[in-house]
Amino acid sequence: MSVTIKSMAEYAAGGETPEVLFWVGCAGSFDRRAQRITKAFAQILDKVGVKFAILGKEEMCTGDPARRAGNEFLFQMMAYNNIQTLNGYNVKKIVTACPHCFNILRNEYPALGGNYEVIHHTMFLQQLLNDGRIRIKEGGAFKGKKITYHDSCYLGRGNGIYEAPRAVLETLDVELVEMKRCKTNGMCCGAGGAQMFKEEEPGTTRINFDRAAEAVGTGANIIAANCPFCTTMLTDGVKNQEKEDDIKVMDIAEMVALSLAE
Amino acid sequence: MHLIQQLLFIICAGIAVAFFSRNAIKIRRNINLGREEDLNDNKSARWKNMLLLALGQKKMFKRPVPAFLHLAVYAGFIIINIEILEIFLDGISGRHRLFAPFIGSLYPFLIGFFEILAALVLVSCVIFLIRRNLLRLHRLNMKELNGWPKSDANLILITEIILMTLFLTMNTADLVLQSRHIEHYTTTTPFWITSHFTSLLSHMSDGALMGLERTCWWLHIIGIFAFLNYLPYSKHLHIILAFPNAYYARLEPQGKLENMPAIQNEVLYMMKPEMAPPPAEGEQAHQRFGAKDITDLSWKNLLDAYSCTECGRCTTVCPANVTGKKLSPRKIMMDTRDRMEEVGHNIDKNKTFVDDGKSLVNDYITVEELRACTSCQACVEACPVSIDPLDIIVELRRYLVMEESNAPQEWNLMFGNIENNMAPWKFSPDDRDSWVNEMSNS
Repeated sequence: MSVTIKSMAEYAAGGETPEVLFWVGCAGSFDRRAQRITKAFAQILDKVGVKFAILGKEEMCTGDPARRAGNEFLFQMMAYNNIQTLNGYNVKKIVTACPHCFNILRNEYPALGGNYEVIHHTMFLQQLLNDGRIRIKEGGAFKGKKITYHDSCYLGRGNGIYEAPRAVLETLDVELVEMKRCKTNGMCCGAGGAQMFKEEEPGTTRINFDRAAEAVGTGANIIAANCPFCTTMLTDGVKNQEKEDDIKVMDIAEMVALSLAE
Repeated sequence: MHLIQQLLFIICAGIAVAFFSRNAIKIRRNINLGREEDLNDNKSARWKNMLLLALGQKKMFKRPVPAFLHLAVYAGFIIINIEILEIFLDGISGRHRLFAPFIGSLYPFLIGFFEILAALVLVSCVIFLIRRNLLRLHRLNMKELNGWPKSDANLILITEIILMTLFLTMNTADLVLQSRHIEHYTTTTPFWITSHFTSLLSHMSDGALMGLERTCWWLHIIGIFAFLNYLPYSKHLHIILAFPNAYYARLEPQGKLENMPAIQNEVLYMMKPEMAPPPAEGEQAHQRFGAKDITDLSWKNLLDAYSCTECGRCTTVCPANVTGKKLSPRKIMMDTRDRMEEVGHNIDKNKTFVDDGKSLVNDYITVEELRACTSCQACVEACPVSIDPLDIIVELRRYLVMEESNAPQEWNLMFGNIENNMAPWKFSPDDRDSWVNEMSNS
């Protein structure tokens, strides 16, 4: 299926305004695994007729890993440039498939003059489902499948969003099994706070191994995630459990994309 | 005889209050060593937090067993204070059971209720001691608690057990004396708990019983005065500071980091030099970025440190700690308090702080601990009294990176990539939308 995706610049050149800006993020743009999440989400938006734009080459890292590592200068430079771009296009509403981008755009850009309505893609999917714009096919690929959901820190504890992703999963008729550490007690995948970009400190095990073992322990066939970094970390953790043939780690958008009614 | 007792009591109470006030003022001064931060907005949300989290112990109930035991001790503490008021007034006035004639039949009911609470406190404290010392719960036996913190915890529990035993023994002796119609011992109906134990003391003479009753009364109230004055040196200070700490908790989403306006402006002036103000007369000394020592932290971080009772709920949910890394959010709070007290003693001794060549980073909290944090906010979420260890970790990380250029090589590469390629990995910015082409060609 061929999908045409327009950038903000192209919309502006045509004198049009999109409904929403899809903030792809660095992982979603460059990481091979995360690109599949980006494509799945874009495919859904295209299929249900949401008029969306991306920033394309004008998008830059939000500065999240720099800020959380302690490099406030670099964060402020990135934020300054991004806000210039976003405000230049008079962007009002942003959706992103990365909870780190979501958190920083929603909570930390306003103090710097970047005020937008920012939603995470699982929240947007829930809205589209509620509005009847997304229709799920009967007896889809995930019907009755045992699925466990991993709360990302920045969507869950960071912003208190626990129900929207679960509500989306329920529309897929899955059997949701919770891990012992879920919702406010959810265990980190180990990637946040710029850990994604460095080796872990010495310890008894890796954080993603610990978390993946818990997820595997639920007996689920699929671990549903909402974050490209969690997806990477958990996939790696499932491999460590030697369960990669039986258990898939999937983003909720990928699951919805596979379940769309014709 | 009574007059001497009254005088002695007033002197004891006076010393206790004066000494406690002196230490309270020092604690306040130490907290104010921190940076200013305005946390007076949205008063209704703040009161709500205080009522739910501190008074209502909402977060404690995530773990029901310790929550119920803690509730018993806490309710006992708060409610038995009404009885302390009577004891205090008795002490000043030389009367005995001052409130009894005024509230009549309600009096034995109240005392009975206090006795039940006292018994619950006693039993709970015994169970707490067993959990700490015999069952050796992991959370209460981690290595950061070795030494004084463990002794502190046991001392608190043992003191509470002794105080409750004194209170109950006093009432038992009192009941026996009442039944013998000894003058001064106001007759009430039997108290709910101690009335079952009067036979234990019934063989004693009037004089011995009066001696026992008075001794328990004195030891109990002196114990309370001593305990009050122990608080400033102990983790038990949380019984007071949990309330302001919940009130002043940050009301932002937990995922949000505090902005640094100084750096925001530096970047703005770099991008738009025409907006930079002319250098002011007597330019301020360079403001330190991030926190090296406690004086660079916010006063709320320091109040957090004094409010911590070292329960370790934060550490048991810390992903770094559960996978064997050195980071422990509880230790971050303990270190902050220890350093703050060290700075406080330094000021007491030298009138003003004299550089001791130490700092919170390195001397107390190591770089390895700070590096291990995933900023997952599990510690913040877990704390029953609204302490935010993550905020301190981030401030210390900011200092390391911006003032000492102290970052692991991989982070320096990541910084370089963000600066040059606008992404944390070494990809060409031109390829940022290459996935779009793949989609339109598929």
